This record gives sequence, C-alpha cells and structure tokens, in this order.
Amino acid sequence: MTLASSPLAGEAAGTVVSLQNVSKTFSNATVALKDMSLSIRQGEFVSLLGPSGCGKSTALRIVAGLSSPSAGRLVWPGERPGQKDHDISFVFQEPTLMPWATVFANVHLPLKLKGESARVARDRVMEALEMVGLEGFAESYPRELSGGMKMRVSIARALVTKPKLLLMDEPFAALDEITRFRLNNDLLRLWEEFGWTVVFVTHSVFESVYLSNRIVIMAARPGRVVADLDVDAPYPRGEEFRTSHLYSDHCRRASDALQAAMAGEAPDA
Amino acid sequence: MTADTEPDRLAAAALPPLDAAEAGKLRRARIDRIARWALPAVVMIATIAGWQWYVDAYQVPHYILPGPDRVVAALLQDWPTLWPALLVTLQITLGALVIATIGGVGLAVLFAQSKWVEMSFFPYAVILQVTPVIVIAPLIFIYVPSKIVGLLICAWIVAFFPILSNTTLGLNSADHNLRNLFQLYGASRWQTLWHLRLPSALPYFLGGLKIAGGLSLIGAIVAEFVAGTGGLGSGLAFKILEASYRLNIPRMFAAIVLISLTGIVIFASLSILSHLMLRRWHESAIKRDG
Ligand SMILES: Nc1ncnc2c1ncn2[C@@H]1O[C@H](COP(=O)(O)OP(=O)(O)OP(=O)(O)O)[C@@H](O)[C@H]1O
Ligand SMILES: [Mg+2]
Repeated sequence: MTLASSPLAGEAAGTVVSLQNVSKTFSNATVALKDMSLSIRQGEFVSLLGPSGCGKSTALRIVAGLSSPSAGRLVWPGERPGQKDHDISFVFQEPTLMPWATVFANVHLPLKLKGESARVARDRVMEALEMVGLEGFAESYPRELSGGMKMRVSIARALVTKPKLLLMDEPFAALDEITRFRLNNDLLRLWEEFGWTVVFVTHSVFESVYLSNRIVIMAARPGRVVADLDVDAPYPRGEEFRTSHLYSDHCRRASDALQAAMAGEAPDA
Repeated sequence: MTADTEPDRLAAAALPPLDAAEAGKLRRARIDRIARWALPAVVMIATIAGWQWYVDAYQVPHYILPGPDRVVAALLQDWPTLWPALLVTLQITLGALVIATIGGVGLAVLFAQSKWVEMSFFPYAVILQVTPVIVIAPLIFIYVPSKIVGLLICAWIVAFFPILSNTTLGLNSADHNLRNLFQLYGASRWQTLWHLRLPSALPYFLGGLKIAGGLSLIGAIVAEFVAGTGGLGSGLAFKILEASYRLNIPRMFAAIVLISLTGIVIFASLSILSHLMLRRWHESAIKRDG
C-alpha cells in the first residue's frame, strides 16, 4: 500500500491526466473534495472506491470537464495548452440513451456531434456495436432492449470515438448480479484488447478488485484520497479469479482500507 | 418414455397453451376494443331516441326544441349555406392553429435560448392567456381593418399559450445526463437544441397541440360572434347568430352539430398525428403488456 498524493506524480511519463490538489466546494457550502491529488497513468484500469457522498462522481465530473475545480489544477500532460477537446468518454450509472433514436443513432451521436454523417461513420458505429455484441440490434429502439443491453449500447457509444480515457460512474450499479458479471467480463476483454485508460467509480469492493489493477480509496467529509492500492493479479481474469485466494486477499485488503477510511470520518457521517 | 413425451414436445413447439389469467386478459382486451366504440354509440343513439320521443310525446314546438329529425332535415336543406360557412370557420381555425404552432414553438425556442428573455416575456404570455378573448376581440376589430386578420389574431391568442407553455416545459426537461453528454462531446448550442432539446420537447408539444386545436376552434367561433358582420365569407358562428334572430332553431342546432363535429375531427386528427410521431419510442404511445 502506498499513500497517495505525491504532487509531482503529474509530471511523470505516461500520465494521461492528473488532479493536483483539487478542491471542490459547492455553492451550498458542501466541501465535496479537499486537496485531492491523483494521477491516472496510460493504460491503467483505476477504480475509485469509497462510501456514498465521498466525492467520487464529483472527481470524475471534474476530470470530464463537466464541473470545474474550486482550487487546484487539472493537468493533461500529453496535450497542447488550452486544448478543449480531451478525447474522453463518459458512461453514466443509467444508460442515458435518447429514447427517440435507434441504437445505431444513439451510438452514432458522438460522431454526429463532431460532424460525421451516418454514412461516413457507419462502419465505426457498427464496429462499436460488434464490440458489445449488439450488431443485430442497430435498428431497435432503446425501449425494446433489456437493462443490460441498454448499458451495452451506452458503452458502445463511449467506445465509438476510440477515447484516450474512459470514465465510468457506477455503470453497472443498477444491474442484476448476473448481468453485471457478464458486463464486467466484456469490459475487461475490451480493455485488454484495446488498451484504453479507464477510471471506474464503484462502491463495490468486489467489483473494483475484479476489474482494476489499481484501487484508489476515498473518504468523505471532506472527500479525499486515503489509500492507493495495486492489485497485482494477472489478466485475463475470469470466473476462476473470482474464487481464488489472490482475489479474496485483495478484497480483504481493499475492504480493510475502506473500513479504516470510514472509521476516520467525522462522527456525523 | 420417448414416445410418451413426443406429443408434449410438439405441442410446446407449436404454441404453449395460455393459462386462465392470460386467456381472460385476451378476452377482456377484445371486449374492451368493441366496447370502446359500441358504448358511446349506444349512449348516442339512446339520447337521440329519447330526444325524439320527448319532442313527439310532449309536442314541443319546433321553434323551442326541434327534434333530431328536423335538425337533420335542416342540415341537409341548409347545406348550401352551411357548407361555405363551415369552410370559412375551418380556414380561420386551421390558420390560427398553424400560426399558434409557429408562434408558440418559436417563442419557446427563443425562451430556451436565454433565461432572461423567458423571465422578461413569459408573464406577458400568461396575461394574454388569462384575459378572456371575448373582451379583447372588440378592440382587435377596431384596430385591425381586415376581418380575417382580426379573427386569426383572436384565435391565435387563445391557441398559442398551451403550445408555448408545453414546449417550454419540454425544452427544459431534457435528460440531465444527456445534456452532460452533449457538453462533453462539445455540442454547439444549435446541435443541443436540434438533437436533444427539441426531440425531448416533442411529446410535450404534441400534448399542447391537441389542446390548441380545440382552443383555436373556440377562438375562431368566439371572435366571429364578436365580429358579427354578415355578408360574404362569414363562418358558422354568424350562421348561428343569424338563425337565432330568425328563430330558426333547427338551423342553429345544425350549425352547432357541425361545429362539434369539426372539433371532434380536429382532436382526432391531432391525436392520430401525435400517436404516429411517438409510437416508436414514447411511453404514452406504447401498449403495455400486463
Ligand atoms: N451539484 C451539487 N450541489 C451541491 N452539493 C453537491 C452537488 N453534487 C454533489 N454534492 C455533494 O457533494 C458530495 C459528494 O457528492 P458525489 O456525488 O461526488 O459523491 P459520490 O461519491 O459520487 O456518492 P455516490 O456513491 O452516492 O454516488 C455529497 O455530499 C453531495 O451531497
Ligand atoms: Mg456518484
């Protein structure tokens, strides 16, 4: 276990993005993040794990540029200064599809907004749908799909731009366990194949251990990073990993760190 | 053993039998479908029959309450005067509905562009709506020289508000996360409007349109009552006024029947339009299973 927040980490090679002493105070005086530092390295699968209200979503939204830090900086080392377009995709807890549009049109959306017509983008959209196993549902409407399939569409939409950084905010929290396991495996397969960088918010210790090679544990009031664990387990991970000693050891470590984080919280938590 | 299970397997392959509850549901659905048309029709026939019986039994004078037979006779006999009048009223109504749609949606989009514009002007839209058109109409006919334009303005005032308020609500109720997504992908204001906010507003707009359809007919009729002048190009309301001066009660009824039918046709057409536009995706147009 290494303690987080070395302020210089942002300058290290291979860093995609780093939060440097970022704080966020909302207008209602909620301190959602205080002095949070975190570097996301190229190719990592990082889980942000922490109790409800510790600022996981807030941190993710700041990385996505959907919210601005009250203090501190967000640094994108590999990019020219002032660049607006960061090549990010975001997957929300809900599928967040446009109900009036077909699966194809939903996945096409990010490309359309960049000015690529359906004809030009067709192959890429179909490719993204194939990645999530939904190539046969291009002309379906979201309401005709199950919850798990909708989530797949949402993931396909995030992948269609081939993003450098994939941000996921509890993407599978609303799904049943069987579907969640299946999507976990799909996500891992795609991640291994394409080598993106993923930041994955979850409140499940088991999910974070299963998926990631690094777990960042946060505590609330104020939201901050309290532990940064590496999960040294080889990929590909499958169902046998879920039942291995290695898995349960990592789960215990993460769980202990989480307990410690919550024990240190203010009593009103 | 194998021989035994074979028929079962075949039956299952064909179509598994329905359980009692599902079969009942199917039967009820079929009955519902017929009842939806049959019951109102029965009520209608009974009402007309009762009306006819009352008029005959108590020998009500036809200049007080004509029987349905006389109303139908008037409708047929006066068709040459009623038909052109119906066309005039229809023109005003549809014209007003079109302008109300353009005006209502246009204003809503304008409001959606800026909170300040909305704050500044929305109260005036409300004032225009809550002031009865019948008290504004005489002024409008004083200021506007053309009768047709005056009628259109009156009908528009009545009809545009539901479109404006519903569309404004719809434009503002686009899913929050979808908005974030548009922002993340660097969508322009115009792209967000066109690809997100307008489609989100469509069901709300269509709901407003259905109300506005009926209101523009009411607006057109009320304005015609106020305008009152006869001559060429007068609508159904004027025919009613005229018939009432002459105590031609059957013709009044005939004109009223025509106005009601027009309203029903407008409402039905807009309902069908709404259904066609929403049936692929919106909850309101989707048949639930169970
Ligand atoms: N827009 C906002 N305005 C005011 N306070 C907010 C806002 N968004 C979040 N907060 C507060 O900031 C804190 C952190 O919220 P955040 O949503 O980041 O937590 P989270 O870790 O994602 O929680 P969860 O696991 O429940 O999703 C919470 O106390 C929350 O109430
Ligand atoms: Mg959250």
